[in-house]
Amino acid sequence: MENLLKLLTEAFGPSGEESEVAALIEQKIRGAVDHLYTDKLGNLVAVRQGPSPRIVISAHMDEIGVIITHIDDQGFARLAPVGGVLPHQLVGQRVRLKQGRVGVVYHEKIKNLKELDWPRLYLDLGAEKQVEEIRIGDLAVLEQPFVNAGGRFLAKAMDNRAGCAVLIEALRRLPREIPQELCFVFSVQEEVGLRGARTAAYHLKPDFGLAVDVTRVGDTPKAPLMAVALGKGAAIKVKDSSVITHPIVRQLMIDTAEQHNIPYQLEILERGGTDAGVIHLSREGVPTGALSIPCRYVHTPSEMVDPADLKAAVELLKKLCTSNWPV
Amino acid sequence: MYLELLSNLPGVSGDEGAVRRAIVDLLTGEDAPDPPLTIRTDTLGNLLVHKQGRHRGPRIMLAAHMDEVGLMVTTIKESGQLQFKPVGGIDPRVLVSKVVKVGEQLIPGVIGSKAIHLQKREERKKPYTLEQLYLDIGAGGKEEALELVKPGDYASFDTALVPLGDGYVRGKAFDDRAGCAVLVELLLMESELSFDAAFTVQEEVGSRGAAVAAYSLQPELALVIEGTMASDTPGTAPDFTITRLGHGPALSFMDRSFIADRRLWQQLITVAEERGLPYQHRRFAGGGTDAGAVALSREGVKTAVVAVPCRYIHTPHSVMKISDLKDTVSLIKAWFESGVRI
Repeated sequence: MENLLKLLTEAFGPSGEESEVAALIEQKIRGAVDHLYTDKLGNLVAVRQGPSPRIVISAHMDEIGVIITHIDDQGFARLAPVGGVLPHQLVGQRVRLKQGRVGVVYHEKIKNLKELDWPRLYLDLGAEKQVEEIRIGDLAVLEQPFVNAGGRFLAKAMDNRAGCAVLIEALRRLPREIPQELCFVFSVQEEVGLRGARTAAYHLKPDFGLAVDVTRVGDTPKAPLMAVALGKGAAIKVKDSSVITHPIVRQLMIDTAEQHNIPYQLEILERGGTDAGVIHLSREGVPTGALSIPCRYVHTPSEMVDPADLKAAVELLKKLCTSNWPV
Repeated sequence: MYLELLSNLPGVSGDEGAVRRAIVDLLTGEDAPDPPLTIRTDTLGNLLVHKQGRHRGPRIMLAAHMDEVGLMVTTIKESGQLQFKPVGGIDPRVLVSKVVKVGEQLIPGVIGSKAIHLQKREERKKPYTLEQLYLDIGAGGKEEALELVKPGDYASFDTALVPLGDGYVRGKAFDDRAGCAVLVELLLMESELSFDAAFTVQEEVGSRGAAVAAYSLQPELALVIEGTMASDTPGTAPDFTITRLGHGPALSFMDRSFIADRRLWQQLITVAEERGLPYQHRRFAGGGTDAGAVALSREGVKTAVVAVPCRYIHTPHSVMKISDLKDTVSLIKAWFESGVRI
């Protein structure tokens, strides 16, 4: 799991440019599924065929990043956010372009930190003039290596490569016979508005939906009140701003966790959404839930997860895949 | 020039009939192509036109919205003046003393406010809010006004296009009659590939027409043709110029509503560079377009935006350069000729 997560989190995959992550995932799961394809928006869809019902299980591949909007004569680039990046997280932070070039973000002279906003930031890629290989519209991701920090994992893009890793691990451990059809969607453009999962769900016409994503926690000094903590198990989402978990799905998740002694916690995320938000509204409506991986410092260069929670999430997802969902 | 005819017409979101009829007339009039176009209007009022080209290619949708920002009458006051709300994004500060046409009869009116003599010192320091402004159609009282207009009537800016300088024009509603004019030209000329044109409604209030148009057309590829903001004006540092007049069509890498399909976006750049056609980047990640609704239609659509730069959009008077309109037509034509292989 640690190696897989290192590989996935260090890959380049800002919203709109997820193909490198998709290729990595494809490598890991080919052979474990019946069909594998990429759709028009770039979602990677992996199908394990089986009888009805059909369950869509979605984890987004994209990560937050920045996009180059201007380049001046000295080669300095100006930036706009892609997804929920805060400007103050970027000061002194290295970012990497798709072709591998790395630069640092800094700010113009300011009197007060409150003035720190996108127009005051620039990206220095070490160029002394405009160069061919750095172009307007280029996307960049935060450059931060994966580390094992005292047993917990720290990396950029843990949101949501942790979810991707959980899907991959569960998928690879599925038995030969499964009681229903499973469509694993590695979705695109979640961070800019749950876009990929919407079109994937439309195409797949699922009977049930499940999103696997990271969630925030309330277990750090003077944290906002939230009853989810690192290391206390997989989180079963009750609600966030995008979805209220369907009671059938919620109960099935709770019953499955209890039956197999898988540590879990119930999650209410007051602000934030996930792919479940669009899956449950697809076509005539789809009973949908979400399995969350507790994560500290979401949308920063160092997002932290606990391997015990990952293990619980894999276990719960695997058991859900083999449980009997109501027809 | 189609732009003059189209931009002079009133067509606030939800009231695009005059623009739609004018486009149908252009497409079926003396310049009508052979074979004729297949034209239909859908439930929401989108005008959907199929153009047969020399080759079939993938299912391509080209979209431009017919609607413009404007006002809607909400209440008739006892004094005969009209209260209104904006339809679409309008800066209230641009409204004072502007002339408008109100209701189905296009009654002339003006957006009134207190004369400078009547304003207190403090009032002069603050711009008017929407609540302080009203429409004056020259009615002596509520009853007189009700003979001419009613609550729910639209008001649009009363602006006629005029040429400016060398190759520039001033007028209203270039966002997005510029796109409509481009699309009409493409429909009337010979085309390498077949395509569906959608003249959409209600973009300015949330891309409502485009969502249903894309649902019904089921395209594989889509190009949204827009009039976008130019900021080549005093007060904008060169580092923050979004687009410039006279530098060709602007390609969007993303906006608030969508991220361009990277390959389609790159393909348009390559076509422009190989053919030596002018283009520029829309150097801004905000603003919304029909692309958001089209890209997320059904199973997803690879989508890009090509935009004609316009200064002062969403006001009664925009300025654009005619060469940008022509260069936009050329780029899309060249893209078709490149074979559109995605």
